[in-house]
Formats: sequence, structure tokens, C-alpha cells
Amino acid sequence: MAFLPERARVDELFKGLWITFKSMFEKPVTVQYPEVKRPVRTRFRGRHVLNRYENGLEKCIGCSLCAAACPADAIFVESSENTDDERYSPGERYASTYEINMLRCIYCGYCEDACPTEAIVLEDNYELSFTDRFEAIYTKERLLLPVPEEGKPTPQEVPPGIFTRSVPVMADPTD
Amino acid sequence: MTNEVTLTIDGKQVTVPEGTLVVDAAKKIGIDIPVFCYHPKMEPVGMCRMCLVDIGRPVRDRDSGEIVLEEDGSPKIQFGWKLDTACTVPVSEGMVVEGMTEKVQQGRQEIVELLLTSHPLDCPICDKGGECPLQNLTMAHGPGESRFIYDDKINFEKNVPLGDLIWLDRERCIQCARCIRFQEEIVDDAVLEFFNRGRATDIITNSEPGFDSYWSGNTTDICPVGALTTADFRFSARPWELKNAASICSHCPVGCNMTYNTRREAKSGGDIVIKRAMPLQNEWVNELWICDKGRFAYHFSDSEARLTQPLIRKDGKLTPTSWEEALALVADQFKNAGEGLLTLVSGRLPNEDLFNLRKLTEGLGGKSGLHSYMAGGDLVAQVGLGAGSNLADLGEGDAIVVIACDLEEEAPVWWLRVKAAAERGAKLIVANPRPTKLERYATEIIRYAYGEEVEAVERVAPLSEADNLVVFFGSEGIGLETSEALAQACANLVAELGRVGQPNNGLVGVWPRANTQGAWDIGFRPGFDLAEAKVVYIAGADPVGDDPALAETIMQADFVVVQELFLTETAELADVVLPAQAQTEREGTFTSGERRVQRFYPVVQPRGEARPDFDIAAQIGAKVGLALKGRFPSLVNPELCAETPGYEGLTYQRLAEVSDQWPIVGRGDLYYGGTGYENKQGLGVQLAPSGGYKVSKVSRQDIEKPDGEVIAVPITLLYDRGGMISPSEVLHPRLPEPFILVNPQDSKLLKTTDGMVVGISINDGETSNVVVWEDERIPAGTALVPRSMGVAINRPSTFEIRIAEAAAA
Repeated sequence: MAFLPERARVDELFKGLWITFKSMFEKPVTVQYPEVKRPVRTRFRGRHVLNRYENGLEKCIGCSLCAAACPADAIFVESSENTDDERYSPGERYASTYEINMLRCIYCGYCEDACPTEAIVLEDNYELSFTDRFEAIYTKERLLLPVPEEGKPTPQEVPPGIFTRSVPVMADPTD
Repeated sequence: MTNEVTLTIDGKQVTVPEGTLVVDAAKKIGIDIPVFCYHPKMEPVGMCRMCLVDIGRPVRDRDSGEIVLEEDGSPKIQFGWKLDTACTVPVSEGMVVEGMTEKVQQGRQEIVELLLTSHPLDCPICDKGGECPLQNLTMAHGPGESRFIYDDKINFEKNVPLGDLIWLDRERCIQCARCIRFQEEIVDDAVLEFFNRGRATDIITNSEPGFDSYWSGNTTDICPVGALTTADFRFSARPWELKNAASICSHCPVGCNMTYNTRREAKSGGDIVIKRAMPLQNEWVNELWICDKGRFAYHFSDSEARLTQPLIRKDGKLTPTSWEEALALVADQFKNAGEGLLTLVSGRLPNEDLFNLRKLTEGLGGKSGLHSYMAGGDLVAQVGLGAGSNLADLGEGDAIVVIACDLEEEAPVWWLRVKAAAERGAKLIVANPRPTKLERYATEIIRYAYGEEVEAVERVAPLSEADNLVVFFGSEGIGLETSEALAQACANLVAELGRVGQPNNGLVGVWPRANTQGAWDIGFRPGFDLAEAKVVYIAGADPVGDDPALAETIMQADFVVVQELFLTETAELADVVLPAQAQTEREGTFTSGERRVQRFYPVVQPRGEARPDFDIAAQIGAKVGLALKGRFPSLVNPELCAETPGYEGLTYQRLAEVSDQWPIVGRGDLYYGGTGYENKQGLGVQLAPSGGYKVSKVSRQDIEKPDGEVIAVPITLLYDRGGMISPSEVLHPRLPEPFILVNPQDSKLLKTTDGMVVGISINDGETSNVVVWEDERIPAGTALVPRSMGVAINRPSTFEIRIAEAAAA
């Protein structure tokens, strides 16, 4: 009976087929991207956003420390002075230009670490695709979060004497 | 000679002259003792206590006076029981200084902790952040943690404008008094002072307008924290983002070395722009300082009003055209003009440009002229300062004469250095018809009437006793003719002493422009006849703006070409206007009033289609069949140096040579000498005077002065309303309204009152509005009219006050 497979071989064949058969009734591990998206981990580093305070003022004070920390030289910041008639951030200074070149960015998160006001945060968005290189440069408008419900858009007109500090007072500067 | 003293600092031996402070002795051997209040250019005060060191001295036996030895034979050292401040203790023989011991480290830590008790955490937005001595020294010597409670920080007022140019942040101030001491000791404008005591100590300005000084910007350089910042640079970049390029200030004949900090800017459409001007150390020229005009009046280069395209007159209107068309037309006209060509330049142009313009003019057989209200550059070339001169070397036994010149207004840094020389004991003779600030330091004041400048020089007592003699002559109250006579009289004064060519001896012209001396050296002379010219070629000068009466004369010419940065009043009359590059956009050399040739470098990209003047001349040359070097100034320079007397042997390489300078400044040492820049780009070369001057009697031309009438005389101000300063908006609040100064007596005679706005017409010319300010110090019979302030005046003139017209206007 030399034409018949050996007994052991047949066993293994069915073992394999059994696994296949079994998995047909298991819950699939793949998701139907892009219709279905898997949640990212809490420390995931996706595209940056620029945060706002609840009153709508921008957290960014235009200090350029993110740009200094950036190993890929992806960030460009230019700052200007706040006035009470045209206030963008609580301090003296705000970023009048804020650009991140997402083609250069290596998503290391150093900018986040360097930020003294927790203005720049690498969020969950990883869906970055561009049809030209200029589109990869995210401007301040694209990075800023929308104005919170109870807030007002920037620039705001505020009464004098409220924002007297150079940088907004932080709860725990030792952190 | 001073005695030398040997001491040991941190185990290293150093020998320094007696009287040297421990902190300086340490710096000389590369040991950094941290300082905040100490500055090597100022007297020590020991206010901040940061420079604590442990100082030990050899013990001497009380009876014999012998040094007591240890058992091993080394001298026994007695250390003090408290730490000393290294900035107030002079060195002594055998001294042992310890700066690294735990005791010292702990002392410094506590000082830093104390300084930071109420220092805000503004570093992220502070303009000083990144080049801040407090930041750096806290990192190096700070405790890392504070025992003080953060919430206990006292908040003071922030953003206090001390003046129009300088902002004060009271919280950041550590009360080192560097700014106050600078204003008092170095520039003698004691406009800053401390107010209140203890924690409430505050810097205030006691002048009206606030911080009324030509030197205010320097206080921001030496401020060891971000308490003083300039309005110009405010928040525009972080220091580490800036690139720097060395340059030479283009505003006055001192030739201060500067660094322009640049950055690519989105606001300016992605162009590289100048963000600030900082001093560059050159102990032979400007030491560590620059005046506010040099620091803030660079905005002419980025002005929107700059010409960017060649213009050509079509149907009576200037219309943009191509370089090709403009140059072809110019070359055509020049070829036909021949002898009828007149090339007119000013001292604003660099040497290379002047050289090419002269070669072009000579090649075509034309004439050339220098637009200047001062003469005597040829004499300065003969009897100017000897090579190797340094005003900082002048002191006891030396003499300085300053005549017809308000030195602080005309050449501020020379004022500062002459003042310092007088303080070191130099004899200072100031001759001027009215009091000037320099007179505070004069050993002798000569007061003369306007028009008697030459007599005033003759009244200077014989100076044969003096070891060295430097004579400055300016343009106070004189026109071109008198200037020539005055220069000759001054040259006689220098030559009579017989030390022409020796260092620290010679004549210095306080010229109206940065390179007027270079223009003279290259062969341009004032005293040309505009009326004879058929074709006028004007580069870097605005004769019509200075004297509207010249408009008609210029219009008589068949063809006028103007090469300029802006559409000046002269350019508006031109047939062709060629856009030139600003000094910040190209390379070149300037020759200062001390005849130091210095090199400047390109800082920003050229504006529009603007081309450098030397290249335009070369391109015109190519079209008329003259082979001139163009493209790069470094190609022109060798020819220039070969053909210009006195410039032989100069090369760009030699101009770029540097040597060690004291005090040490620069990035790693900014806590010590301030944020000014270390000179790595060249100190320049001082030319030797040619000599050969023979003392001769001065032919004098007195001004005509009808009896009983008041004469208008021109004076020069630092802040005028000229085309190079007015594009800088930051300075606008500091620029005075057009005014004239008269004696109260004369004011009565003219039927004016103090502060009255009147129309003034010089020599029956156009009427312009000015404010009349009465001043008792003005000699009776004269009205002082500032140059470049909207009133055309170039020599003592008759004038008329038109009260009615001013009211109408």
C-alpha cells in the first residue's frame, strides 16, 4: 500500500484543517479599517494639536522651545505681542506663526516635553496623507483645537489688568 | 611701569599687573568666576555677591615682616574666615584664591537661591532667555532646588516702558546696577537711578522723555537678566534661532563694528530679515558699545519704500523697465557726454563702489565730485592718525582738541572715548561757540563766535608739552568753504608738533558719512560745477533733498542718472533711476575718520532687482568699452588698493585678521562682558598718513554778516530726519520735530516766542515750518538750524521768519 499516505501525515493534515475550521467560529482580530478604527494606547504619539484653555485662549505662548527641542527641525514658530484689545494667549506673547512640517516630524514627542504650558500635545490622529508637500505643513489654524463651548475665539478683547503675567501662572511649576 | 604680582587661583599661577582685580586675573587664565554686577569696563561695586571666593594671603611674622613658612617650606597661607568678593579685591603677591571648594560653592549656591526668590519663571518668553547670565549661572552654580515657597514670590510691575526704546520688567531685575552705572560712569547720562529700598528697589528714569540717552541700547546688552529689553527686538525671535553677520555701522565716521542678527521670517514672506543689531567688539574702534542710532536705524535696508526695479522716464513719468534697457540708455548718454559727464557721489558708498565710479568717469573723460558739506579729507590723509592709534591709549600727558563739533551728536562713540581719555588725565580742549556735553570734561574751553573757527584754532595754546596730540574737527556752524580753512588750521596745529605718522597723533575729520574719508582717498572732491555738466550721474547722494535750490541746476542737464536706495527728491528729477543694493546686502569696505579700513559682509538677500553700485558701474563700463571689475567687491579691491595712495598692501585677508581682545566677550562669556559679540570677522587695518604736509597760512573766508541781523548756522544732530534714519519707525518717537534754536534776545528781535511754530526761509528759498526753541546758551546773533531736518541749509546764511505762513500751513 505504498500509494497511501502514512498515517502520521494524515493526522497532521486534519489537525491543520481543524484549526482552520475552528477559527471560522472565532471573533476576527482584524478590523474593517477605515470604517472601523482601533483605539490607540494612551501614550500613543500621533499628529500634534495646539490646546486651548476653557475660555478659548490659546495655551501656546510662542516660546519656540518646541522648535529648539525638535531633532528633525520640523517646527517653525514666530511670536508677537498680545494686547488687551487683541489677545490670543494669557501671557505677553503668542505664536503668530506656528507650523509643523509633518513630513519631517518623527513623532518623538520632544516638543510635548519641552512645552512649558502643555500647549502642544501629540494626539491620536495617525491618518496623515498628503497629495502635495505644502499640504504636509500644518499651520496654526490646522493645529489648533476648536474653541470650547464656553469659550470665545481668538483674538479676544479683554478688559485691562486681568492678564498681567508674562507667562500664565501654572499650578505646579516643579512638575 | 606697574609692578607685576604673582598669585595662585585654583592651583594655577598667574602674573598680572598690580591693581588687577582677582576676577580679571582669573579670567585671564581661563578660570570663570561668576559675576552679575561686575563688568570689566566699569568700577566694581560688589553688589550681587556672586563672585564669592576664598582668599588666602601669606602670613607674615609681626616682628620681622618675613613670610612665615610651613614645615615643608611653602609659605603659610591664612584664609579669611568669610568669603570675599573677587570683583572688589585687588591681587597681592602670594595670594591664594580658591573658587572650587565646597565652602565657596555653597556660598554661590545661596546667592543664586537668594537672587531667584522673586525672579519670575519667564524664561520661555523672555527676550534674554538663551543668552541670559542668570540662566547660565543658575545652571552652573545654582542649588537646583529652592527652599523658598513658590507662592511667596512677590509680583512687581511688568512691561514698564523706561523710554521709547527700552522696556523694564521690574520682577526680573536683580539690582546689579549695571545699567545705572553704565549711564553714569561710561556715558555720563545719569538718567537711571534706584528708587525705594529693600525688596521694593526699583529702577526708574529721571529724565523727560524717559531714558533720554543716545546709549540706552547698551544697557540691554550688559543687563545680566531680561529686565531691560529693546522695543525693536521685543519678542521677535529667540536668541538661538538667530544667525549673525558682521558689519560696519553706516551712519557716522566712527565705523563701529556690529553684528546683525538675522532670521528667516514668515511675516516678511519667508525672506531673511535683520532682527537686531548688536555691537561687535573692536577695542580700537567702538570697544563694546554702539549708539542707539547704530542699533536701531538699520531699517532703511528692509524698508518697503526701497527701489526694486530700474526706472526710466517715459512721457514725463518714471516707469519700471529692465536693467538691459536702462543700462543701454545710460551707456549711450555717457558715451556722448564725454567731458560733460559729472559723477556725483557721497561718503555713503563703500570704497569699491567709489573706485569703480571714479574709473568709469575717468575712462569717459568726465569729472567727478563729492557731495559733502565738509572739506579736508586730503589733509586728513596727510596728517591723519598714525597707524596703530587707539584713543583708549590716550591719557595723562596727552592732549585732545575738539573744534567746531558737538562730538556726541556727530560721532557718538568718539565722544565716549574722548571723554574716557580726559578722565584718564588727557588734556581736553573743546572749542565751540555754544556749550556741548563734552565740555564737562574739558580742561580748557574756547568760546568763539560762529565764523571765527580759524581764529579759535589759533587761540589753542601751544601744545608742544603734550606727548600725543589728536585733533577732531567737525561741522558745527560751518559750510564747505570754512570747513576747508578750518581743516587747514587744524592740520597746521598737528603738523607744527612734528609728530605726524606716530601712533596716537593726528587729525580726525568728524565726517557726515561713514565713508567720506574713503571718498577723499579715492579721489573725489567737493567743489564741482553742476551747471556745466551735460550728463549728471549721482550715486548714493541726494543733493536736491539737501538743497532744493539745486533742482533747477540739475534739471538743466540733458540727462540725469540717479543710483539710489530710495526715490529721493533727486531721483524724482532723474531720467533713469537705478536701484542700488543697501550696505547690508553686499560686501565692501569703509574707511573711518581714523582712517581704519574695515570690511563688512552681506547680511540679507538683495531687495528686488537691486544691484551693487560697483557692479552697475562695471556694467555701464562694459557697454561703453571700459573693462572694469564687477561681480564681486573682492575683485575690485586689489585694483583699488594698488591704485589708491596709502592703501598699498591691503587685502581682504588682512582686513579680516583678528587678535585677542580684553575684556573677553562672546557666547560663553556673556555673563562677563555682556551679550555683545566676539570679533571673529576682522579688526580692520589703520592706514598710515602719507605725511608731506607743509604748514602754511590759512586763507580765511569770513562769513558775511550784515549788522544787526541774525544769521542761520547749520548744526548736526544724531537724530535728524534724513533718509537713512527715518525708515526706522522704532526711532520715530525720538526724532524731534524740525526746530531752530535761538537766543531769547534774538527771539524777541525775530518776534517769536519759545515753542512757537513759524515758517523759515533760508536765503529766500522755500519756506518750511519749524518750532522755535529759545536757549540762553546759543550765542546772540545766530539761529541754529539742524541739518537734514526739513530745512535746507549748508552754510551760514541769512534767513527770514514768516510767522503768517506757518499759521496758514
